[in-house]
Amino acid sequence: MAQDDLYRTVVLERAKAPRHAGPLPTATLNGQGANPLCGDRVQLHAVLDGQGRIETIRHETRGCAICAASADLMAGRVTGQDRVHVGRLHAELVEAVETGTAPAGLGELAAFAPLHQHRSRRRCALLPWSALTDMLNDDKNR
Amino acid sequence: MDQSVITPTDMADSLRHVRADFPILSQKVHGKDLVFLDSAASAQKPRQVIDCMADTMRTQYANIHRGLYWMSERTTEAYEAVRDQVARFLGAAAREEIVFTRNSTEAINLVAHSYGGLLKPGQAVLVSEMEHHANLVPWQMLRDRMGIELRVTPITDDGALDMEALAANLADGKVALVAITHMSNVLGTITDARAIIDMAHAAGAKVLLDGSQLAVHRRVNVQELGADFYVVTGHKLYGPTGIGVLWARRELLEAMPPFLGGGDMISTVSFERATWANVPHKFEAGTPAIIETIGLGAALAYIESIGFEAIGAHEDALTAYALEALGNVSGLKVIGTAPQRGGVISFTMKDVHPHDIATLLDRNGIAVRAGHHCAEPLMRRLGVTATARASFGIYTTPEEIDLLAATLEQIRGFFV
Repeated sequence: MAQDDLYRTVVLERAKAPRHAGPLPTATLNGQGANPLCGDRVQLHAVLDGQGRIETIRHETRGCAICAASADLMAGRVTGQDRVHVGRLHAELVEAVETGTAPAGLGELAAFAPLHQHRSRRRCALLPWSALTDMLNDDKNR
Repeated sequence: MDQSVITPTDMADSLRHVRADFPILSQKVHGKDLVFLDSAASAQKPRQVIDCMADTMRTQYANIHRGLYWMSERTTEAYEAVRDQVARFLGAAAREEIVFTRNSTEAINLVAHSYGGLLKPGQAVLVSEMEHHANLVPWQMLRDRMGIELRVTPITDDGALDMEALAANLADGKVALVAITHMSNVLGTITDARAIIDMAHAAGAKVLLDGSQLAVHRRVNVQELGADFYVVTGHKLYGPTGIGVLWARRELLEAMPPFLGGGDMISTVSFERATWANVPHKFEAGTPAIIETIGLGAALAYIESIGFEAIGAHEDALTAYALEALGNVSGLKVIGTAPQRGGVISFTMKDVHPHDIATLLDRNGIAVRAGHHCAEPLMRRLGVTATARASFGIYTTPEEIDLLAATLEQIRGFFV
């Protein structure tokens, strides 16, 4: 079977055995995102520290391997980061999936760069990030 | 596998000439031979349709119904000849009962706006749990606009229409219109249109059948069925996009107000008022899809040259073959097992999301649909968010089914 660059080991591993999945009873921030085209849904739960940095974040994802892996890699990556840093990473991921070239510093998130060949699947990887951005913006505007 | 029913060799022989008519099937995708298993979304086009449309544009194109010159008159003749052809194809009583629309969605919206506008608060429209959004959302909009009731008849666990529930829904006599699919685009279920129509008529309701999926698989005769409205779409009939058909009984069309206003649908116009053209032109405002309509004519001629007997036999055999082949794939579950079904097979696979299935099949040249198939309420009823779906056409071969099953088995191994 011809496999796809997209399903790299890190993506499959995180989809099968996520490290940051599950509820977070102490969460002070909750957000969610849904893709009406496929029914994928991501729920996010977070606690921020006094400086507005993400202290803890968990996700509950019902979706494909790409979406589930993206949510889990995201959760690991944004822990300890503030809204501005999250926004920068989100923008770099968008650039990676649209151009196929990952900006330096994306790290494991570069696994999603092959999505530039799968227009219909880009939103799968971006859904957790747009949910996170919305959640942090809602908190800022509260 | 029951070799007495079908053998790949037998089928390949009978299909060789059909496949040669579809230029796209010789394409490669990701370096692999294209295996196109998404005909329920939109069927591929035979060269007879492609050539007809191109030839018309090259040699005989002008706007219709208004040009007082040779070219326009010839194009008008070609366009109107398709109306006769569609009337024969659907078994209509008269050519005036054939209204051209952009697709079946527009045809249903036309009925919802125009016939729906004649309904009164307290009356109801009844749909089923397996409807495509196209046969649900227009009725929700009508409900909100007109203050009517929208009822939903459930399906049974195997994916058939629950006929007892249908009878209960019709019992109070408030249902003015039953709008129901003739074949589910998700479950493959072919509904018992005749029984539904008899029950609906006995309860005083008209019936609209959404034939988008069915009309390519089985011969439809709207008069034998006793239907009141029937809709089809050209692109699933091996024809072009942008052309669909509403058939309705002439007296219904005559009683209905126009849907869209503009050129061609009028009789007289002053600055104060307008009067309407006769049916069907009352419902065909503006320059229509001329080339696409002529292309639809070529598609119908193509289908009829093969014949529904051969098409039905091929698809029934292929569907049985596929159900058995897919049934042997580890962790795969076919969704929808109604006894009357066509060549549309939805499935899920344990631990593998339908989108991942579709992407990995695509890498192997195999095109399937994955998602909610524009039937979100049905997905909820089935307890899934999405399914993968393989659907067949006259060009689909048993070897392609074998390749699908084998690749699915490999995908399962990849994830588990």
